[in-house]
Amino acid sequence: MKEYLTIMFGLVFVQNFILSQFLGLCPFIGVSKNRSSALGMGMAVIFVMVLASVSTMALYKGVFLNETLIKYEMDKYLDIVSFILMIAALVQFVEIAMKKMAPALYQTLGIFLPLITTNCAILGATQMNVVKFSGLGFAESLIKSALLGVAGGIGFTLALFLMAGIRERLENAPLPESMKGVPIAFIAASGMALAFLGFQGII
Amino acid sequence: MTVAIIAMAVLGAVLGLILAYASKKFHVETDPRVDQVLEALPGANCGACGYPGCSAYAEAVVLKGAPINMCIPGATGSAMAIGKIMGVEATATEPRFAMVSCNGDGVAQRFEYQGVKTCNAASVMGLAGAFQNCPYGCLGLGSCAKACPFGAIRMGEDNLPYVDENLCTGCGKCAEVCPRKLPKVGPESRVIFVRCNNKDRGALANKTCNHACIGCGKCERECPFDAIHVINNLAVIDYDKCKLCGKCVNVCPKNLIINVRAERKARKTAREEKAAEETA
Repeated sequence: MKEYLTIMFGLVFVQNFILSQFLGLCPFIGVSKNRSSALGMGMAVIFVMVLASVSTMALYKGVFLNETLIKYEMDKYLDIVSFILMIAALVQFVEIAMKKMAPALYQTLGIFLPLITTNCAILGATQMNVVKFSGLGFAESLIKSALLGVAGGIGFTLALFLMAGIRERLENAPLPESMKGVPIAFIAASGMALAFLGFQGII
Repeated sequence: MTVAIIAMAVLGAVLGLILAYASKKFHVETDPRVDQVLEALPGANCGACGYPGCSAYAEAVVLKGAPINMCIPGATGSAMAIGKIMGVEATATEPRFAMVSCNGDGVAQRFEYQGVKTCNAASVMGLAGAFQNCPYGCLGLGSCAKACPFGAIRMGEDNLPYVDENLCTGCGKCAEVCPRKLPKVGPESRVIFVRCNNKDRGALANKTCNHACIGCGKCERECPFDAIHVINNLAVIDYDKCKLCGKCVNVCPKNLIINVRAERKARKTAREEKAAEETA
């Protein structure tokens, strides 16, 4: 139980993908202009991150570390390129299926899905899974990967949502012309990162 | 090396087959007319039609049978284009323009306002933002000009917004952002307009602003159609009754009822000539 909580808390606060690992900065700046789209994007990230974590872990454990195939040492050099392929195809598949089966969900979530297909935060999560959990049993590694995906996604959403709230207020701030928009957003982001630095060392 | 090639090829082939199968199995039929209608719209996504954006309106027209003349920026042009796609006759829509119901240049300032320079920010601050003596008139911070998606509003030197009717499409964005709801959107034929929003009693209004409506009632007495009334110390035109004769314009001692018939007419003929040139 304790280790699950550690994963959860660690990925949301201590090792927050955006604010302490500086992964996924592109959507962090791009989609943080208003809170509703930040929330939509966050939901999409959680969804894709879980999907990517589980599917790549299954690929890694089931094929690369398979007893008959392990002698080819595919896990040493083939992980990133095959993960990208796997995630991209899966997100495509989910998008197509969602369009047909759940049009309402597609309207709110679907537009964000292609934006984060193989975002560096997603790829970072899968790599973190490999480093942390590949030594565990098949079922356990899948469960922990999924949890890491959820926690990472929630951390991402938290940072994105906070940022969107700040930027909505910055819109009305009297700023020098040259600081408006992205420059002040970067400064605000650095302030948030400093604040999250306070969580360091808890785990 | 060979192992890597084989592994990637197998992975790619498997995933490709799954996707190919999925796109067949989950294929969604979309009406090609939706895209055609979307192309006929101006694409400003202003929301004046009542739908969240141009694509939502296009979908509503094709799939739910929404009226084809709802697009205000596109006006008659896009309604006719949509009518051609949908196979229905378009009825011409009358262009609509925004007019600002304040003409108070040089209203005395109570203090120098240092806050955020948007009308909404000033008005939510209550007394601290009420830097201008008239509590009903234009604040002059230009939120409407910023909100206009067509660049039709320009702030004049007297700190009043001026609407360029060559660019205005009557989408109503300016009326939405104005905290005092001063811009009023009306059809082109509505040429008589009261350019004041001051609801104070005459003496007080007169003190606040040189151009304020003092509620004298001259217009009310002059009107042969019972169409203009002083309500809450402010002249208000009932456009259902108004025959646009312009008698009230002449009697107003403050000259704040205006008649823009001549300008509108000139602009209309210019527009029609241009349209005729384009079709020829």
